[in-house]
Amino acid sequence: MREDAMVPEAEFRSYYGQPVIKAPVWHEPHMPVYLYLGGLSGAASVMAAMAGLTGRDRLALTARVTAAVGATAGAALLAAELGRPERFLNMLRVFKLTSPMSVGSWILAAHSGLTTIAAASAVAAALPSAAAKVVAVLPAASAPVRALPTAGDAATLAIAVTGPLMATYTAVLLADTAVPAWHEAHRELPFLFAGSALASAGAMGMLATPRVEAGPARAVAALGAVMETAAGAVMERRLGLVGEPYRLGRAGRLMRAARVLTAGGGLLATVAGRSRTLSAISGLALTAGSLCIRFGALEAGRLSAADPKYTVVPQRRRLEAGNPASVPERP
Amino acid sequence: MDIAPNRYGFFTDTSICIGCKACEVACKEWNDVPDDGFVFRATSYDNTGSLGANTWRHVAFIEQQRPVGQADGRGQVGGQDQGEGPAGGPGPDSIERWLMSSDVCKHCTHAACLDVCPTGALFRTEFGTVVVQEDICNGCGYCVPACPYGVIDRRERDGRAWKCTMCYDRQLGGLEPACAKACPTDSIQFGPLDELRLRAEERVERLHEEGRPEARLYGASPDDGVGGDGAFFLLLDEPEVYGLPPDPVVTTRDLPAMWRWAGGAAVSLVGAMAVSFLSERLVGRIAAHDRSLGRRR
Ligand code: SF4
Ligand code: SF4
Repeated sequence: MREDAMVPEAEFRSYYGQPVIKAPVWHEPHMPVYLYLGGLSGAASVMAAMAGLTGRDRLALTARVTAAVGATAGAALLAAELGRPERFLNMLRVFKLTSPMSVGSWILAAHSGLTTIAAASAVAAALPSAAAKVVAVLPAASAPVRALPTAGDAATLAIAVTGPLMATYTAVLLADTAVPAWHEAHRELPFLFAGSALASAGAMGMLATPRVEAGPARAVAALGAVMETAAGAVMERRLGLVGEPYRLGRAGRLMRAARVLTAGGGLLATVAGRSRTLSAISGLALTAGSLCIRFGALEAGRLSAADPKYTVVPQRRRLEAGNPASVPERP
Repeated sequence: MDIAPNRYGFFTDTSICIGCKACEVACKEWNDVPDDGFVFRATSYDNTGSLGANTWRHVAFIEQQRPVGQADGRGQVGGQDQGEGPAGGPGPDSIERWLMSSDVCKHCTHAACLDVCPTGALFRTEFGTVVVQEDICNGCGYCVPACPYGVIDRRERDGRAWKCTMCYDRQLGGLEPACAKACPTDSIQFGPLDELRLRAEERVERLHEEGRPEARLYGASPDDGVGGDGAFFLLLDEPEVYGLPPDPVVTTRDLPAMWRWAGGAAVSLVGAMAVSFLSERLVGRIAAHDRSLGRRR
């Protein structure tokens, strides 16, 4: 793979080497951590539903709480990115299918609401004395508390639907820009993010559930690691020149770190059932890998926007091949 | 595509631009656009660099040295490969030329910025132009990397996105935009878009007849990747030399495919999860089976 980095310097012209497109203005760590939390929460939701269906109550509790905490913390970070919390509400003024940001805001709003209900019911079931105390202090709360188990189960089924969307829409969010390293990667990015989401949710399951019940979480972590690694490899291979930013500088270091952490953590997950220490190491490595992927992808996007080469060369090649872009009639 | 019955636009003829920057100044004046700070770039006479939240018209200055008699536009560009001549600089056999071009938001027919804006802050006016409503924009910054021309930008001071409005307020009052009004050479022309396109084609033909085959239109064709620009240009070299993308595409063209791939990934996620839970049960059952075999033995 090393030889791939030796792509000959592309010959092209530009305006004093200045960028043609604008780099994303999103802040760090808000945006990459949001991407991580969204993935974590999304995959944990599906895990919660399946753990519930297969009668693994401890794993279901962990997964429901993870899903809720991930979604709420993610929403808070997004609001912080916008500068003022009420700006998030502004997003819900309209629903626009052509805007992944708009679609995503609605997914996030629905998902975080549902995960909160699911988690509240699981916590109330796990701590019946606390629920009783709440009712004693606040008699008005008794009806909702009684309705919680049913509402929680319904919400858990619903988040099994919003969760996968939550984990993958962020890939469309990045890809639907003029940033070459993101736009051209629109096939692989969703799988990269879905794999990373599985790995991180599996990691949480391993970290916060007794080993006997965490079997599926270990399998999820391992499968996620495989999906993420495969998607990353296919992406860099297919993109060629445009994929170069994923190998360069800080982006390259983050992507390489992610690969090592994810592959290592995934491998460990397959044997981690034997020891608590192994489980912990594997879970932490996968979590770190998942974070690195998001920081790396964002940085690669910045690099690819900053160098006019990635914008000009592919377009020039297209023109020279007599194959200019055209826009067919749209709705 | 018909986006407004009376579509207005800009035709910027860079062959007559003298680089006076009257447009940059007039735009700032009329629209009350804040200062960018004083930047000395040391590359050319260009001290604004690029379009941005506070620069809605930007005059590019390109200094070229080309061998005498070579007029095919394949000259060199500063910063890239100075000097094709033997000495790598201006020699007796080379001439210098200046390319100047006043860049602006293209007011695309298929505008990516408008498509991706989640709040509806960007809208299409009755003149077929694309305008941001500053009281609705919530500063999500999504339009910024979505624009294939790198035009719109977020102003860090107030966290909102800004760009050329083609002087919407002046148009409503029947006036031409401030930049076009101020341009002393008529390099910037404003008017009904179809009229401008005809005028531009005539101009290109004339330049070709005068022995300047490098003259070309950019953004004028309604069949290009953005469905044609409401602000188009006559250039004397390749677009990338002016910092323009050679073959831009509206970002949202591939959006249906993107949602499909994301859908596939979402389904795979659920599949992987199901396999993880079922395989465990399977493995568990096999183990139990083994155990029972063991007991029997
Ligand atoms: S040039 Fe960019 S900012 Fe202007 S209308 Fe087109 S997409 Fe929007
Ligand atoms: S920054 Fe403002 S104009 Fe741009 S997409 Fe977001 S809300 Fe719309």
